[in-house]
Amino acid sequence: MSSSKTEPILQIQNLSAVFSDGNGDLQALDDISFSVHPEEFVCVIGPSGCGKSTLLRILGGLLQPVQGRVLFRGEPLLEPRRGVGFVFQNSNLMPWRSVFENIALPLEVQNVPVNQVRPLVQELIDLVGLQGFENWLPRDLSGGMAQRVAIARALVHDPDLLLLDEPFGALDALTRETMGDELLRIAVDSSGGGRRRKTIVMVTHAITEAVFLADRVLALSPRPGRIRMDAPVSLPRPREEYLRYTPEFGELAHRLREAIG
Amino acid sequence: MFVSMAGMLVAWQLLIVLGDFPRFILPSPGDVLKRFLEIVGDGSLFRHLVTTLKEVLSGLALGVSSATTLGYLIAKSRWMERLLAPYIVASQSVPLVAIAPLLVIWFGPGILSKVLIAALIVFFPVLVNTVVGVRAAPEDLHTLMRSLQATRWQTLRLLEIPAALPVFFGGLRVGATLVVIGAVVGEFVGADSGLGFLINVGRGLYDTSLVFVAVFVLISMALILYGIVAGIEARLLAWQRRAQD
Repeated sequence: MSSSKTEPILQIQNLSAVFSDGNGDLQALDDISFSVHPEEFVCVIGPSGCGKSTLLRILGGLLQPVQGRVLFRGEPLLEPRRGVGFVFQNSNLMPWRSVFENIALPLEVQNVPVNQVRPLVQELIDLVGLQGFENWLPRDLSGGMAQRVAIARALVHDPDLLLLDEPFGALDALTRETMGDELLRIAVDSSGGGRRRKTIVMVTHAITEAVFLADRVLALSPRPGRIRMDAPVSLPRPREEYLRYTPEFGELAHRLREAIG
Repeated sequence: MFVSMAGMLVAWQLLIVLGDFPRFILPSPGDVLKRFLEIVGDGSLFRHLVTTLKEVLSGLALGVSSATTLGYLIAKSRWMERLLAPYIVASQSVPLVAIAPLLVIWFGPGILSKVLIAALIVFFPVLVNTVVGVRAAPEDLHTLMRSLQATRWQTLRLLEIPAALPVFFGGLRVGATLVVIGAVVGEFVGADSGLGFLINVGRGLYDTSLVFVAVFVLISMALILYGIVAGIEARLLAWQRRAQD
């Protein structure tokens, strides 16, 4: 990766956050610092309740930290900004909108002229392989298809930062692997077609998924979440299926597992 | 539906034949039809129908618009909820029939007092369903809208209204049937025209056929109103129906 030469797109400095999960339990992030460089794919792993999702919402400008700060391209991040795509654990589609309309939502919110919306949405539909399903409603889609729509929606306004909150957590194991491959194909490896490679921060609790997808894996401790390990992944891209079964892969996964505790 | 209506008419006629009731107790279908044609002919039915229809439609418009506005504010603000909820719940424990005379005293025997009574009866079911509906918008979709920097108006138009519609229409359907009752209750208390007024007149004169005519017209009005609301609902919520198939 040549990313270390460039300016970081995100700088997280001494971040602490305290919040209630609604059941009166206090969860927290404790003094977290790291940087994310353009086009880097960073996975954050950690046990449930360590504050991973909170971290993602802070990076999206949706939450303000109790302490510390986040810089986006060197500027403090105080509110949501354009150019961020969010993918949630459940596909989080609007049930009253068709596949096409769901993907078009970010463009509609950003007041993109109607005649420009159709080609942009169609391009994404082709990219995620949903041709022919444009008029389907979310309830008629399988979990994997719904999550493809969610990914297309997160990419349609061509954001430079993609934030994924356990995006494949609700899928079965096989679909999950397929979707991981798809994500790499769409957002990382498809440098052609005029689309930029994305900077991605993804939260997951699946260690092997993190190792297979990311350029770098951050392991958080149980609450309060602290960074226990910041491990670069040196596997070549594009990531091929056989890499999952190399000793290198297994060894890194094992070390990360130990770090989470 | 036509079969059941025909069956009801036959049973009614049979009751007349077998029971031999005097006409002022139970008129025959023929008597009622005759009376119906009479007041259609002299134009009085139309006049009373228009009065009640005005009251019903204005009452519905007033009740629904105030209930959705207030419902939205209550759904969005804990502060508003704390302030208003006790009064709204308390107001529901007062029977409408009991305050209808007050409204007629204050606002006169004209159409205004009926509109207010009709609006009041519509208000509560629509308000409650608006509150529940607006709160039904999933938190993650709100997060999505915020991440897209949606304006308040966009969030309302693209998320909150569509998410609230299924529950809202439940309230509106109840309101659409209640509103006719509200208008008639108002007319019973004091009025100089309207279908409720016609019933009162018929009762006073032992013109039971007239009472029947007015009741049937009221039933038809309520059914048509309900049908219109259900039709709009089916059109707007086609996404729900399709999903259930």
